[in-house]
Amino acid sequence: MLRAVAAAEQLAILALARADGVPSFAADGTLSTWEVLSQQLVTGLSNGMIIALIAIGYTMVYGIVELINFAHGDLCMLGAFFALTAVGALGMDAWGGAGGTLGLVALLAATAVFCGSLNWTVNRLAYRPLRKASKLSLLVAAIGASFVLVNLGLFWGGMPMEVFSGGNSAAAPKAFPALVEPKPAFTVGDVIVSRPDVLVLCVTLPLMAGLTWLVRFTKLGKAMRAVAQNPTAAALMGIDVERVIGASFFIGGSLGGFAAVVYSIYNQTVGFQMGYRMGMDAFIAAVLGGIGNLPGAVLGGLLIGLVRAMSDGYIEARWTNSVVFGILILILVFRPSGLLGAKLREKV
Amino acid sequence: MSAPAGRPMLRVQGLKCSFGQAEVLHGVHLEVHPGEIVSLIGANGAGKSTTLMCISRIHRSQGRIEFDGQDIGALPPEQVVRRGLAQVPEGRRIFPRLTVRENLEMGAFIRSDRDAIAQDMERVFGIFPILKERSSQQGGTLSGGEQQMLAIGRALMSRPRMLMMDEPSMGIAPLLVAKIFDTVRNVLRAQGMTILLVEQNANAALRMSDRAYVLETGSVVLAGTGEELLRDPRVREAYLGH
Repeated sequence: MLRAVAAAEQLAILALARADGVPSFAADGTLSTWEVLSQQLVTGLSNGMIIALIAIGYTMVYGIVELINFAHGDLCMLGAFFALTAVGALGMDAWGGAGGTLGLVALLAATAVFCGSLNWTVNRLAYRPLRKASKLSLLVAAIGASFVLVNLGLFWGGMPMEVFSGGNSAAAPKAFPALVEPKPAFTVGDVIVSRPDVLVLCVTLPLMAGLTWLVRFTKLGKAMRAVAQNPTAAALMGIDVERVIGASFFIGGSLGGFAAVVYSIYNQTVGFQMGYRMGMDAFIAAVLGGIGNLPGAVLGGLLIGLVRAMSDGYIEARWTNSVVFGILILILVFRPSGLLGAKLREKV
Repeated sequence: MSAPAGRPMLRVQGLKCSFGQAEVLHGVHLEVHPGEIVSLIGANGAGKSTTLMCISRIHRSQGRIEFDGQDIGALPPEQVVRRGLAQVPEGRRIFPRLTVRENLEMGAFIRSDRDAIAQDMERVFGIFPILKERSSQQGGTLSGGEQQMLAIGRALMSRPRMLMMDEPSMGIAPLLVAKIFDTVRNVLRAQGMTILLVEQNANAALRMSDRAYVLETGSVVLAGTGEELLRDPRVREAYLGH
């Protein structure tokens, strides 16, 4: 008798977990296999573009100072809190039409400046004094900076503000208003492309194009590449190396700010731990593409986004992190320089 | 010793430099006057490159460094270039994944006069035509000699009044060494460029120099005109191999 109850309980738990893992649209049985796949592709690509934007921040900083900036994901988390606070304080969720669009653009810009400045400050206070120290010291400093930012997020989330409607506890996830409503924008066959999907593309594509232009053609971009390739020679050319490094932190951070806003609108929730997940996905994307390589970060981001969506849809959501980290292990073992990375060379 | 009269363009006094506990320069004195070619010779590890890196302010040092009568010993490296003192570093240190043209543009980083920069780039292409042919190639794909030409051209792009060259003949084919020394003698000198040259090939260096200093384990042990040092038995013994 007892044994039968235990078995039934287990079955129920399994069924619950299963239902949790399979997206609701797949459960109603009206969609064909192909449609489920394409829908997961759309979701995966959108998430992938957001991951790519964050991964660029990792790869830019790595390219120039050879530091895995573990605080980068948490920086994005603070950007999301900043955006949520701004939206709540100004009542932006009630703005409609042209005002709403302009407000959204202003919100993106303000969050980008916030995150860029914060990243610049973290570099100035925590990393710059260690420029001549070993790379390990720098890495530990980055982990420390990550802890500081996470705790700032916890503190921020605990502030008694009405905008944090998701709960009064500091650690509780907060609901982010749907500034762009999750309605279909258009359909291709039976596959729905939602308005947040369109938002993701409208924000990420121009930023990536702009960054490519900046790095390839502007004086600052060329100086950034020069500093990355040989900082001593760059200094001998009259380039203020620290200023260029600071600019890279600002630009990488501001891309994280854009990503934070889009991510919050897309997922409609903000919490102090979100930086870990955002950061880890993006870090793995950067390594997958070849750390230090900008197109690689975009490619890696898209691949990680797709893998997450496929794992959510066809394996189980609770396995997704294992799948993604499994990929990290495979890359590190078999292709440590990443998909687009140059062959690893000793720096002379 | 016949140092020219008048104010030197570069004057280094009591230059000391340490890496950790080890002092590698023990008070170097040297002077370079406008329009001179002065070479600094010495064995491997004597501190020649370190001296240049201290003057360019890449390494921290003690002692006095004056350029044009002004103390530059506390300036950051980028300000030294802005004052008109450029360096062609040892091993070339070109930017391997920037194109030849971009490398030259980086040489002109401190300038914003676009038209004049374009003219100067043509002038560099005039001195080293091979660079024009390779202008859209990545710097790292050039041969050692071509990279040296690029490094010299890149330093010229800042319109320096004085150039410090570190081992321009190191690791490149003899034919190109001749071309580079010829450029130093006949092009740069003819334009009135002031040059401080660090060279292991003491014979060639002394022949093209007005004056020279011999550096041994971090101190200047001999100084004189190029001809004097070529005849000096100690120099012949230690650096010329006969």
